[in-house]
Amino acid sequence: MDIFNWIVSAQGEGFFSATMRLAVPLLLAAVGAIYAERSGAINVGIEGMMLSSALSAALVAADTGSPTLGLLAGVVTGIAVAALLAVFTVLLPADPVVVGIALNLLAVGGTTFVFRIFSNQVGTTTTTPGIDAEPIPLLESIPILGPLLFDQSYLVYIALIGVVITWVVLKFTSWGLLLRAAGEHPAAADSLGLSVNRTRFVALLVSGAFAGLGGAFLSLVASTQFVENMTAGRGYIAMAILILGHRSPWGVLLASLLFGLGDAFQLRAQLDNTGVPFQFLLMIPYVLTIVTLAVFGRRLIDPAALGTHFRRGHR
Amino acid sequence: MAISPLEPARAAPGSTTGPILQMDKSTVRFGEVVANDRVSFDLAPGEIHALLGENGAGKTTLMRVLAGLIQPDEGQVFVRGEARSFESVADSVAAGIGMVHQHFMLVPTLTVAENVSLGLRSAGRLFPNTARVGRELRALADKHGLSLDPSARVSDLSIGQQQRVEIVKALYRGATILILDEPTAVLTPGETDSLLAMLRSLTEQGTSVVFISHKLREIRAVADRVTVLRHGQTVGTWALDSVADAELTSAMIGRDAAPTVSSRLAPTTSVAPVPRLAVERVGARDRRGHAVLDSVSLSVAPGEILGIAGVDGNGQTELAEILSGVRRPSAGEVRLDGANITAATVAERIGHGLAHVPEDRQRTGLILDLSIAENLAMETVGTAMFSRRGSLNRAAVRAHAEDIISRFDIRCSGPDQRVRDLSGGNQQKVLIARAVSRAPSALVVSQPTRGVDLGAVENIHRQILDLAAQGCAVILISTELDEILALSDRIAVLYSGTIISTYDRATVDLGTLGMNMTGQSV
Ligand SMILES: Nc1ncnc2c1ncn2[C@@H]1O[C@H](COP(=O)(O)OP(=O)(O)O)[C@@H](O)[C@H]1O
Ligand SMILES: [Mg+2]
Repeated sequence: MDIFNWIVSAQGEGFFSATMRLAVPLLLAAVGAIYAERSGAINVGIEGMMLSSALSAALVAADTGSPTLGLLAGVVTGIAVAALLAVFTVLLPADPVVVGIALNLLAVGGTTFVFRIFSNQVGTTTTTPGIDAEPIPLLESIPILGPLLFDQSYLVYIALIGVVITWVVLKFTSWGLLLRAAGEHPAAADSLGLSVNRTRFVALLVSGAFAGLGGAFLSLVASTQFVENMTAGRGYIAMAILILGHRSPWGVLLASLLFGLGDAFQLRAQLDNTGVPFQFLLMIPYVLTIVTLAVFGRRLIDPAALGTHFRRGHR
Repeated sequence: MAISPLEPARAAPGSTTGPILQMDKSTVRFGEVVANDRVSFDLAPGEIHALLGENGAGKTTLMRVLAGLIQPDEGQVFVRGEARSFESVADSVAAGIGMVHQHFMLVPTLTVAENVSLGLRSAGRLFPNTARVGRELRALADKHGLSLDPSARVSDLSIGQQQRVEIVKALYRGATILILDEPTAVLTPGETDSLLAMLRSLTEQGTSVVFISHKLREIRAVADRVTVLRHGQTVGTWALDSVADAELTSAMIGRDAAPTVSSRLAPTTSVAPVPRLAVERVGARDRRGHAVLDSVSLSVAPGEILGIAGVDGNGQTELAEILSGVRRPSAGEVRLDGANITAATVAERIGHGLAHVPEDRQRTGLILDLSIAENLAMETVGTAMFSRRGSLNRAAVRAHAEDIISRFDIRCSGPDQRVRDLSGGNQQKVLIARAVSRAPSALVVSQPTRGVDLGAVENIHRQILDLAAQGCAVILISTELDEILALSDRIAVLYSGTIISTYDRATVDLGTLGMNMTGQSV
């Protein structure tokens, strides 16, 4: 098949637009996690945050008829779950991995329960109002870039702006400096009268807000309905993307596009009836996670204080 | 023993001639421990006031109160005659106090200017202007005759440079009272000299300095007065020109100083044809792949003590790990009695008579939550001495521990006491005793007296000398030049991963070693 013809065909356009659609929830969650991890706090609860937000976004959108309100509900839910995580892991403090996993498990059961109560349905909702793609005239017809960037919902632009803002915050703002200090040498920040734990708390909330956007994207944009356990491990993949992207906004953008590509590829392959059992195709993003982590994860140097609790004068 | 401390001068409020800073009966408790017990201390304008005391005497705690990091349980602080209480670091900075901590408070991944801008309002609330801060820092450093690159990443700077950054950072933040907590512990003799000169020039420009140290020589060189702390209490304050060293030492340790172990100027046994322990052209790399040891060759004969001098972080840790078998060298060989043991495990080396005292007793040397007896049996627990067919002979473990506790003078409540609850000196004695009591044929000992009180230092040095007298080959790795000079027969200087010089003890002095330690050959 002639590659160029395929790219501009409806199939090719569908492929690139799917790539972005599949990449963005991962991108949002992973960009948020940059804040948490650079400040030294580990957010293992991304999966639970995304799932809870996907549900609340769908329910609110269905109830009010406004997808924007649904989106807001998703963000608020993400922040609320993150606050719970932060109270346990920063203030108390308990082990962040154990608490994060507990939250994720709680979210699976909790969302199913709440969903069945409110919707009187099992499995999936009927379609809810979603956020539609808005093609930008002229630009949308550029090959590859058109479907990738200019025929998408505004949430995609929010995600991309989030990348730029994160880069600016980390590199140029006082809070970014504080964030990096808290992650690398918390005692140094403390010795200057800055609160390490408050910084980490806020960083986790920011992470929750981004994960909430990512979750809402799933139930408002990617599909306009809630499906039980619809995140299907995307929160964990976001953590892998974070590592693969070396906890930098641009790196995370590239890594999530790579995963979006892998996911779009397996969807395409399923439609094209390649003869490969679909179960194997479904594995592609997960295999990609393991392989890339094994290959690229090793050279990464973690923030020195990642995952440690800070207490003044504690030895 | 005559001790005649000065009466602290009492400042009238608002007076300009009284002390710039005064602490009155400051008390700090950590649970059961009284770290500061009604300590009084004062600082005159333009003065360098030394704080002297053994490890754990409460020096750091006293200064953390001034830095706003600890709120005292009792007592008052006066700045320029006015009562102040420091609820936070910001309060302390506002009063013109800047502290340079013993472990530097610089974020290694940030630049110098970024470190200084951290949390600094005047650098810009939202977007700190690090370029402007950098320019001002450079100007400030120039004014004090220091060189400083504000755009350098802290992790690329030497320890001495980092310390300079800490001092300039404090000055930039408006400190007129500078507190330095054991600033010379990490410096070479040359760097120490330039630090002391810098402190003197700072005081000429009106800064007052609190200088914490337990090295009398430095205090003599730089300070006007000295306050001695012991067990959290003030022993007294003296003007340095009116007090003898012996008096200060006995104030610090609470009894008359014992004569220090004589140095071993007499040459020992002639060199044996086959060295007991040797490394040949060994190399090592850190986790980023940089060489940390490059083609190092050393050998030590039975009965000989080879001292390895050098500033921390020049490859000592890796060398000790290669010798003990914890780390595989990236190149070269390790030999014991002529046999190649490069591939031998730690346990096999112990079986062949090699003993090892690691530099960090709390992290790698001891298991803090196990008892003294268990720690002492640890290395040889599988041998017939302590167990039979896999079951532990508890009575033998205990008896062994009791024997060692009395032989090595370990101060404890008994063999079952947790090692965590021992003082640093006694923890170290447990570690040394474990190695020495096996009568090893070779010993690698790193930083044997780091953070250990003077009483225990003598004991530990005696153990090492006795072991060598019995024919053991000893490699002594230490950053304390006094220790190296007192114990070694031969001395090698490790700099930047290579041996840059080797001397017989009789032919070398402190100055030469100090030069070599900074990479200068003489
Ligand atoms: N954060 C802390 N928690 C508990 N005990 C402490 C703490 N800081 C210091 N101490 C104890 O207080 C005493 C004085 O310590 P420190 O001020 O560090 O002594 P120095 O600086 O003179 O070596 C020691 O017994 C030490 O163990
Ligand atoms: Mg101290």
